[in-house]
Amino acid sequence: MTDHESAPIVSLDNAAKHFGPVKALDGVSLVVTPGDCIGLVGHNGAGKSTLVNLINGALAPSSGSVGFSGGTSANEAGVRSVFQELSLCPNLTVAENLRISHTALKGPGWRRHARAEILQSLDTIFPGHGIDPMSEVDTLSIAERQMVEIAIGFAPRGMAARLVILDEPTSSLDAGIADQLLEHIKQFCAKGGAVVFISHMMGEVFEVASRIVVLKDGRIVAERDAADFTRQGLVDAMGHVTAEAADTAGTRQEFGPEVVRTEQGLTARKGEIVGLSGLAGHGQAAALARLYLSRSSAFRPGTSPEVVFVAGDRPRDGVLPLWSILRNISISVLGQGARHGLVDRDAEARIADQWKTRIGIRTDDVTNPILSLSGGNQQKVLFARALASPAPVVIMDDPMRGVDVGTKQDVYAMIRAEAARGRTFLWYSTETEEVCQCDRVFVFRDHEISAELTGADITEEKILEASFVLEEAS
Amino acid sequence: MNILTKPWLWSCVAAALAYALILGLTSGRGAGELAYAALSFGAFAAIVGLGQMLVITLGPGNVDLSIPATMTLAATLALKAMGTDPGTAVLGLGIALAVGFGVGVANYALIYLLRLPPIIATLAASLIYQSLAIWSNRGLRIKPPEGLADFATGRFLGLPNVTWVGLLLAIVVWIALERSVWGRWLLATGQNMRVARLAGVPVELVRASTYISVSVFAALAGYLLASFSGGAALNMGAEYLLMSIAVVVIGGSSIAGGNSNVPGVWGAALFMFLVVSMLNSYGAGAGARNVLTGAIIIGIVIAASTRRART
Repeated sequence: MTDHESAPIVSLDNAAKHFGPVKALDGVSLVVTPGDCIGLVGHNGAGKSTLVNLINGALAPSSGSVGFSGGTSANEAGVRSVFQELSLCPNLTVAENLRISHTALKGPGWRRHARAEILQSLDTIFPGHGIDPMSEVDTLSIAERQMVEIAIGFAPRGMAARLVILDEPTSSLDAGIADQLLEHIKQFCAKGGAVVFISHMMGEVFEVASRIVVLKDGRIVAERDAADFTRQGLVDAMGHVTAEAADTAGTRQEFGPEVVRTEQGLTARKGEIVGLSGLAGHGQAAALARLYLSRSSAFRPGTSPEVVFVAGDRPRDGVLPLWSILRNISISVLGQGARHGLVDRDAEARIADQWKTRIGIRTDDVTNPILSLSGGNQQKVLFARALASPAPVVIMDDPMRGVDVGTKQDVYAMIRAEAARGRTFLWYSTETEEVCQCDRVFVFRDHEISAELTGADITEEKILEASFVLEEAS
Repeated sequence: MNILTKPWLWSCVAAALAYALILGLTSGRGAGELAYAALSFGAFAAIVGLGQMLVITLGPGNVDLSIPATMTLAATLALKAMGTDPGTAVLGLGIALAVGFGVGVANYALIYLLRLPPIIATLAASLIYQSLAIWSNRGLRIKPPEGLADFATGRFLGLPNVTWVGLLLAIVVWIALERSVWGRWLLATGQNMRVARLAGVPVELVRASTYISVSVFAALAGYLLASFSGGAALNMGAEYLLMSIAVVVIGGSSIAGGNSNVPGVWGAALFMFLVVSMLNSYGAGAGARNVLTGAIIIGIVIAASTRRART
């Protein structure tokens, strides 16, 4: 490592970022100097993305400071980010996409310059890539798009890149291409560049990182040289076993017959609370949506539905925005008590009022519009909608977003009581603490079930272990 | 709730205003005849408008552009079957409604099975319906049976019979939307189809029944209009394409879906007829009439969308 220039590229001093009462990042101090290759790891919601957005200047810290040595802004300091969510414009060519972040390219013939620059960058990182810089991005495969995005990140763009942040860059690349990237990162750092590398592939992190930073609940819980970590030690550092996890095993009971079985291997028995876990976006929500759609019909109005759904993504999956709280609750139970196809409006009002008190929806009147409620209270309405229905299987897609701690405890209790009465719950959550309340947990990785945990095996540790690829990318 | 916040009020106020302006010009002469004509002709627009309203309530992109062709086809086949013979009115009605049902099923099948956007599916299918009407009609103009013609042009308790039919249908639609389970399902589907599906609403059943309803309504309107005007003509439905959409929009239903307005459709149907009468009595030519009608529709859509943006 040629450590000739030691002034830090970026330094965070006790930087914190709060979104309302949510502390996404709770005081982080970090210094990135030339030649550093930092592996950044942590579970969902640990604050990785927030940290990245502070470093690249997309967010300003709520308190503390973020300083750059090579200029006043991240851009001037040569800080670039490559995101996992592909951020290229699909209708433009590869070269034109480079131009978007390279404002100095202008005048006649800019396309030629852009073409040469992106081609050189691609050739350097991915020799033999076979990507035509003049082809439109939407004709490229996902892996090729990710390669282009990485190449744009490392391209000179008027000044040398000094720090490149890579957020899960290898998730859509195959092993050979990923190796090329890792090789390039090593060379880039050896020449005095710096990289922040985020990955859930432990093997890759150990291969490239000189230093590993572990985030947990918005704080850095460990920061050491990579050589000082073992794989198991790293997983342990990411999450520690919570005290509550032990007593969930105390309330074991006998379950009824199996009521759910999917091709993927997801199963649930009557009266059981089944958790779905793993990193966000690894197919849990899709699996639940598929299960729901396969067990209900878009043509046949069932008088007794088999399944109900509690949405976590409220605007997309849950809330009917033009309606009152009452109508939002009763939509799932309209079929019951209807005479000659007409809604029984007294019964409807009774159910809504009953659930308003039972689940504590904060409103004077259930005929108020649903959008007058806060997010957490809207979520309670969605719970009421599902629990009011007699369906034996309840599917919950990360339903605790924006719900305060007190309500969460109430809802946990309600779920346990309903399960004891023979209802089955399938519960996807990004919070490991919630998953630890379940009787059985399926951990998802890359849209497949990577582990099935029961009883005392349901610990944060085991879940993390199954969420991450501990072996080399295979 | 304040009556001024009811969106249907405006179309009724506008209709009353247009009525007053015409009477101002004629110094009050012919008030009864004008009202009678407005109620007669407005009834046809109201019937197709009620159907179109149900479809538009399904949400963005949902509209039935085959209404004119459906009216023509239903009327043509019904009149041909009746062949001016007395006592065949019920048979004709049955045939018209069956045509409407078949057209609705065909439209929905195109939308669901071929995943065509409803605009394309209904517009393309309407060419087929129109061709079928031409092929079966062969230029003949068959008169409706005398009894049926008398009914269509007759009156009951001072109001035209077709108005009674239109009002009865409006009440049925209002009950379906406001009180029935199906109406709730329709309104939920129109707000967000995915949410409705995940809340247990049989959304495809709702869509199918809605597309069938609009065609049945159009067929009924075609049957009544042909009986009213003494026979089916190939262009008899032409003006009802824009009319059906205009009365929904002017009547205060949301173009974005999920929100509908039955009384507003009737108010708007009367208003549309009275605007044309007003322009006629002020001596405006056909060109000026069309320009003004278009301008009024655009103005109301703008006013409606800015009002929604503010609240």
